Amino acid sequence: MPGQRSESVPPQQAAPEALDVYPVVQRSAAFQQLRRRYRRFVLPVSAAFLLWYLGYLVLAVSAPELMARPVAGALNVAMAAGLAQFATISLLTWAYVRHARHRRDRPALELRWVTQDMTRSTGTGTSAGKRAGVTEGAR
Amino acid sequence: MSGGPQASVLVLFTSVVAATLAVTIRAGRRRGSAEEFFTVGRLLTPMENGFAMAGGHLSVASFLGITGLIALYGYDGMLYSVGLLAGWLMVLLLVAEPVRNCGRFTPADVVAARMRVRPVRIALGCSSVTVSLLYLVAQVVGAGTMVALMLGQAGGAAYTWTVLGVGALMVVHVSCGGMRATTWIQIGKAVLLIGGALTLTVLVLLRFGGDLGGLLVAAARGSGHGADFLAPGLRYGGEGWAARLDFVSLGLALVLGTAGLPHILARLSTVPTARAARRSVVWAVCLIGGFSLMTVVLGLGTAALVGSGAVRGSSPAGNTAMPLLSLALGGGAASTGGAALAALVAVIAVAAVLAVVAGLTLAASAAVAHDLYASSPRRRRPPHPPHGAVTDTVPHAGADTGMEPVAGTGAGAMRARAWAAGRARAGKRTAGAAKGEVAVARGAAVVIGAVAVGLGLLARERNVAFLVGLAFAVAASANLPVLLYALFWRRFTTRGALWAVYGGLLPAVALTALSPVVSGSPQALFPGLDFACFPLENPGLVSIPLGFLAGWLGTLLSRERPDKARYAETEVRSLTGAGAV
Repeated sequence: MPGQRSESVPPQQAAPEALDVYPVVQRSAAFQQLRRRYRRFVLPVSAAFLLWYLGYLVLAVSAPELMARPVAGALNVAMAAGLAQFATISLLTWAYVRHARHRRDRPALELRWVTQDMTRSTGTGTSAGKRAGVTEGAR
Repeated sequence: MSGGPQASVLVLFTSVVAATLAVTIRAGRRRGSAEEFFTVGRLLTPMENGFAMAGGHLSVASFLGITGLIALYGYDGMLYSVGLLAGWLMVLLLVAEPVRNCGRFTPADVVAARMRVRPVRIALGCSSVTVSLLYLVAQVVGAGTMVALMLGQAGGAAYTWTVLGVGALMVVHVSCGGMRATTWIQIGKAVLLIGGALTLTVLVLLRFGGDLGGLLVAAARGSGHGADFLAPGLRYGGEGWAARLDFVSLGLALVLGTAGLPHILARLSTVPTARAARRSVVWAVCLIGGFSLMTVVLGLGTAALVGSGAVRGSSPAGNTAMPLLSLALGGGAASTGGAALAALVAVIAVAAVLAVVAGLTLAASAAVAHDLYASSPRRRRPPHPPHGAVTDTVPHAGADTGMEPVAGTGAGAMRARAWAAGRARAGKRTAGAAKGEVAVARGAAVVIGAVAVGLGLLARERNVAFLVGLAFAVAASANLPVLLYALFWRRFTTRGALWAVYGGLLPAVALTALSPVVSGSPQALFPGLDFACFPLENPGLVSIPLGFLAGWLGTLLSRERPDKARYAETEVRSLTGAGAV
């Protein structure tokens, strides 16, 4: 609702160029790649883990006989599945951190400086973005 | 318990309280900005923040309650240990870094950045206060019951004084010490809790010579259930489909709720960067995961060394399993070792209560001050670098046409200077407003403490075990959908945000009111009444999908067009950290 928004925002604080910087960065190839890397990791991994966790819960309440089947000694399927949950969580935590460190941290940091450079020197600053190669992918 | 151990427990309680007050006084000396009060100036290290996260998350219920459930029900109790940890993976994957990059003090900051500010803030402020207050009442009632039990006088004066004492302490900790005092109390508690659990776990394992298989066999024998003890069904099987669905519902609320809890999200803002936020959550995952595994060993150890029958005889809900186990490990109630270990458990429990309630009170106060008060009609201010006014008059250069913004022209430079000046003015005004918010937050802590104590005293002798599950369900239904949509969905609108919050919050609360935990059963909150018509005790299974669905429908049905430029800002900031405070 434009009316209500402008009512709560005093116009003298307006920064048209500051806002313009973000769509430019968003459309850049570097950012698109960063976003793809992030989403292609976290969305499938979260969905898969949720399914595995819910499956584990549903099995516990719907198939107790299966879960009570012994595996080795006093260990049964239920206990093994519980330990596997802990193992999955540790493994995915490690994988996420590794993925973030190797695939996202460096491009994210570069984009951060470029974006802040552009925001700070708005008006004259888009050339900074061009220098850093951000704007090329935008077209 | 005889007089001796009781006196020593009281002395230990007093020293824990004195330590927390000392921390508060030290923290209170630093008078300062809102940044200092709400986020410790964002200068914690990941390790400090990780310990504080674990300290704020692991409540006395997870120490005494889960071990007790495992001692009584075996495998069905262990499912809680998994749920306790699983939610943290969702925190790490979906919210930790984006919320650190886009947020300032509360989760509403993230959503409001791309929406109409006031209604969104009010909605999220309401849901955050609800979540924190539900959780807080559960903690206060639990603390009262536990201390009364430890002093050997169930109910009566011990309960009232404990509830009043905990309420007074949490108000003092938060309103005088802010996030700094809260953090250090949580860190101290995490060290105590994990150190204590580790000591007891090692003692249990030594008893069995490190033989885990032997521990399992002995636990099954000591429980009186045999092999059934290690398989699902003792607690949630055989009672018809409602009990089973209820369990799935609670599990869903635990895994998705953690990522929507305001006191967890607030901790993400106390470190300087998204990378530090990620590393703090990894610390928290390690600490909470280790602790969860230890609760399994401790619960099984109690079943093996004390016996489920003895635990049930002492407290039907199993809350005394840990004190009984520590007495047994130390060599019996009369021995020095037993008394020392039991005292250790008591100290951990008190520290655990104080740390969790401080975090909850701070989160609720921040929601009142930063979201509700700052949005009140008397005091309008844009809490975020504003841009809405111009988006309607100046077309976004390049947004639709693919053109770059015009650079380097004289007009552009002039506008830039005007903008910088405006921003400096706005900065001063925001700083002043933020100072006001701190004062409001200090006052809000007093009100929230009073409300929690009042409800806690009313709830004496009533069964409020469902409140924690409800708090997680509300967090998962009202806070998580709106956060995820705001971060990941380009087309999300203000109406979608409002529908997502209220569409999760209202069903969760209404369904619980109509469930058997409130009326219509002997264990209900009001056993005399019967208006129950919803079969599940935890509403998550219905209200969480409703929250997501409402957000989606609200977005589809809104006339307002999503603000592309502001979504671009949210997305770029959340992934790169540009412009992060």
